[in-house]
Amino acid sequence: MTNWIDIAALSDIPKRGGRVVKTTSGCIAVFRTQNDQVFALDDACPHKKGPLSEGIVHGNAVTCPLHNWVIDLETGSAKGADEGQVNTYQIKVENGRLLLDLNQLKTRSAA
Amino acid sequence: MPQKLVIIGAGMASGRMLEELFELSPQTYDVTLFGAEPHGNYNRIMLSPVLAGDKQFEDIITHDADWYKQHNVNCRFDEAIVKIDRRKKQVISQNGITDYDKLIIATGSASFFIPVQGKDLPGVIGFRDISDVDTMLKAAGKTNGKAVIIGGGLLGLEAAAALKARGMDVTVLHLMGHLMERQLDPAAGYLLQKELEKRGIRVVCKAHTSAILGKDRVEAVLLEDGALHPADIVVMAAGIMPETHPAVSAGLRVERGIWVNDQMQTSDQDIYALGECVEHDGIIYGLVAPLYDMAKVLARTLIEQQAAFIAPMVSTKLKVTGIDLFSAGEFGDEDSHEEVVLRDPARGIYKRLILRDNHIIGIVMYGDTTDSAWFFDKFKRGEDISDIRANLIHGPSMAGGNADPLAAVAAMPDSAEICGCNGVCKGTIISAIHNGANDLAAVRAQTKASASCGNCTGLVEQVLAVTLGDNFVVPAAKGMCSCTDLTHQDVRQIIKSRKLKSIAAVMQEAGWKTSCGCPSCRPALNYYLLCQWPLEYTDDAQSRFVNERNHANIQKDGTYSVLPRMWGGMTTPQELRAIADAAEKYNVPTIHVTGGQRIDLLGIQRDDLPSIWSDLNKAGLVSGHAYSKGLRTVKTCVGTDHCRFGTQDSTGLGIKLEKILWGSWTPHKVKLAVSGCPRNCAEATCKDLGVICVDSGYEVSVAGAAGMELKQTEALAKVATEQEVIDLSIAFIQLYRESAAYLDRPYKWVAQVGLQWVIEQIVDDIENRVALIERFEISQSVYRKDPWAEQTKPQYQSQKWAALADLTLEAAQ
Ligand code: SRM
Ligand SMILES: Cc1cc2nc3c(=O)[nH]c(=O)nc-3n(C[C@H](O)[C@H](O)[C@H](O)COP(=O)(O)OP(=O)(O)OC[C@H]3O[C@@H](n4cnc5c(N)ncnc54)[C@H](O)[C@@H]3O)c2cc1C
Ligand code: SF4
Ligand code: FES
Repeated sequence: MTNWIDIAALSDIPKRGGRVVKTTSGCIAVFRTQNDQVFALDDACPHKKGPLSEGIVHGNAVTCPLHNWVIDLETGSAKGADEGQVNTYQIKVENGRLLLDLNQLKTRSAA
Repeated sequence: MPQKLVIIGAGMASGRMLEELFELSPQTYDVTLFGAEPHGNYNRIMLSPVLAGDKQFEDIITHDADWYKQHNVNCRFDEAIVKIDRRKKQVISQNGITDYDKLIIATGSASFFIPVQGKDLPGVIGFRDISDVDTMLKAAGKTNGKAVIIGGGLLGLEAAAALKARGMDVTVLHLMGHLMERQLDPAAGYLLQKELEKRGIRVVCKAHTSAILGKDRVEAVLLEDGALHPADIVVMAAGIMPETHPAVSAGLRVERGIWVNDQMQTSDQDIYALGECVEHDGIIYGLVAPLYDMAKVLARTLIEQQAAFIAPMVSTKLKVTGIDLFSAGEFGDEDSHEEVVLRDPARGIYKRLILRDNHIIGIVMYGDTTDSAWFFDKFKRGEDISDIRANLIHGPSMAGGNADPLAAVAAMPDSAEICGCNGVCKGTIISAIHNGANDLAAVRAQTKASASCGNCTGLVEQVLAVTLGDNFVVPAAKGMCSCTDLTHQDVRQIIKSRKLKSIAAVMQEAGWKTSCGCPSCRPALNYYLLCQWPLEYTDDAQSRFVNERNHANIQKDGTYSVLPRMWGGMTTPQELRAIADAAEKYNVPTIHVTGGQRIDLLGIQRDDLPSIWSDLNKAGLVSGHAYSKGLRTVKTCVGTDHCRFGTQDSTGLGIKLEKILWGSWTPHKVKLAVSGCPRNCAEATCKDLGVICVDSGYEVSVAGAAGMELKQTEALAKVATEQEVIDLSIAFIQLYRESAAYLDRPYKWVAQVGLQWVIEQIVDDIENRVALIERFEISQSVYRKDPWAEQTKPQYQSQKWAALADLTLEAAQ
């Protein structure tokens, strides 16, 4: 079951940019790509927990600002030779608003 | 019983012929190889790198004693053949008589010494073999040695560049109106001359040598117009002559070279000839590629296989580092020819294609030869270019519509020749790759491709890339990044000439291969655009690395450092108090006095950045840009204010410079320093730009480094007034901003463009200096402001610094 909650407007995130949503169990990075696709991932790089939300977004990937690992926004996995994965969360855009699945968040904080 | 095969001349052509022969049939002949030089075969092409000091003689030996032994070659080096007795089938050398069943003449050429008085003086040398190189090097060893090169063709210019690199004072005397007139048209010859002159080589065209002067050895060259060029050595590079002596005296048919038929047979059926000493179908060859074809033909002929030599098309490149030049085919101005020309004076690029009936018949390229192989292939295959004519000159990326340069290589047929020197075609390379040769060295070893002059290395790598796919990474691709094959300079040029004013426009017009670039090209494009169009372009924060987007250095734990400017390293009690207060208020864990004469607060939470900045702003402190590719610090010493040795107000000048330059974005970071006297306490001589005050004024020097490389600055100018220092500094930084590739520090950039050029631009050319300063000021009208003040405005709080949403309460429910 999903429980979509409205967190912000799509336009609150710049194209090819990311911002964070604060939760009790750490930050979630929300990204908006050049083509207005949106993705939500843990804001902690699988390498050494670099803040992915501050990385450069290119295509459907983000490059971590600390040591340049490239994380696939769709899967949360590191691309190329690096290995690691971060959690991804369901997020969608409706009428220009960003909707995040709260239930998935709750299971995460419970875990 | 094997037949006796005797070879005269252990040079490149006979060496290759033996390889071919032993591969086809190791046993047919009992080989005796005579060579006038004391060594076996070496790669003569590479004499220039040896002369320049880039290579040692050992590096260019192609056949060593082991090889000859392994193949049972009876070596008679240092033994010239003086006579051939065709009737008795014998050759006669200094040491005796040798019988042959079959004889090969491969005597190459000799340097042509122009017939003037003094040409036989000691110190007048040809450029043909390693002993010539040794003679030149002896002369180069002495300080202030002067070399005069007679002849501005391939050989002469390679010698000139090499001797210049050895520190000699070099003059090239060339008879014709422009350099390399056999390969280049006047326009390209002009660019080449300019480039050589920039390197400090004197070039005199239309130079008619009247005599070489000197008592016991050469002292000078006298021209017909009376000009006298002093010389410790004179290098004769006015041409080569086929070495035909033994053939002539044996009564063989000799025209300009030894006449041979398509099977390399001379007028005597048991005597063959190949290499530069022969004339085939009226043509004499002076490059190795056709000679290697001859070697193949002769090896087959010797074992009675069918083979015929077909005159190949040849192309020329000049092997001088940093000079890209390519020429092939015809390029004279004739009415039946049409031509397409592309010139880019700013970048010193000239490309010309000569067409007849929609076919390329000639190619001349200078400055950028990346596409030469693509054109040359069309030329050799006689391809009809009518369909792509409109964009032809722009090369494969624009003309064929195949933006992928590998597509061009991928599309080549297997028969397409990749390595001209060794006649290796694409198919041969591909089969070598399939047999396990998966890098350049292995392909080289197996096929010889790129093993001679090396100019096709890029193409070979592309074939590797096409064949191996992702398993092969083309090293040192010239393109900016994997999103484009255009170089940094290409892209800058396109932005300027096509007036592109957004990242999207650049990516569209220049055919980016990715939808929105990568972390490597985006920051570069953002910089190029803001530098070119300061008033029109809006900075793209999303194309900035985190530090520049957040105006603070990110730390390994995701916190940031905050570093206010201390102009010229000066501070006040108020400033120190404000820093101390802020450090306490925001629980700053670490305070460090940096190497840049200021104080760094490290370990600050992202959320706190706007407020700590705002507090510091209130005390008059602004961002120190310690995170930027921009002006960092101007270090100073206390100078005349306090120091007993100070000659000028170094502190005051440093502050002035910092106040003018701060806020400017540059290709990489820029650091300055001003020292009050030559004791140099501000360490000015390892900065991007350093000023040393002296009694009579100021010594300005540039291009130092003290990071990953350590490099002392080089003198730019000595001036009398502070204003001149300021003007020169601004002009230097603006020139750097406008012409360096992103992420090249000034010392790298200066190494590329040459300090001399920089001096011409900003020291000698006052008008240009003023124009540069004006452009810098226009840019600074936008960028000379404090990002902290900007970033603490309320709109940034909601759009950037605050969280998008705070679910800490929600999720807890
Ligand atoms: C803070 C400071 C060390 C200190 O505590 O003293 C420092 C800190 C860093 N330096 Fe530096 N450098 C500092 C002075 C220097 C100096 C000395 C100087 O400026 O006189 C040098 C050698 C001089 C030079 O630049 O040629 C120096 C050569 C480098 C280099 C090598 C640059 C190069 O071209 O070789 C890097 C790497 C880079 O820029 O790519 C670097 C990069 C860095 C970075 C930005 C690494 C990074 O990307 O995170 C460090 C940031 C630490 C932080 O979080 O604040 N730092 N760094 C100094 C700040 C000076 C200032 O007041 O702005
Ligand atoms: C400095 C330099 C740079 C060059 N750069 C290039 C380049 O970039 N690309 C390119 O394609 N070509 C280049 N060339 C040309 C290339 O080196 C020649 O085309 C090639 O070496 C000719 O081969 P060959 O076997 O005919 O003659 P050589 O290699 O000259 O060999 C002939 C040999 O025969 C010997 N010999 C002569 N007479 C006798 C005799 N009577 N008895 C015994 N031995 C004798 C000579 O001493 C010599 O060792 C360059 C040449 C030079 C000198
Ligand atoms: S030398 Fe500079 S870059 Fe290296 S650890 Fe120290 S501060 Fe960081
Ligand atoms: S923390 Fe992301 S790459 Fe190292």
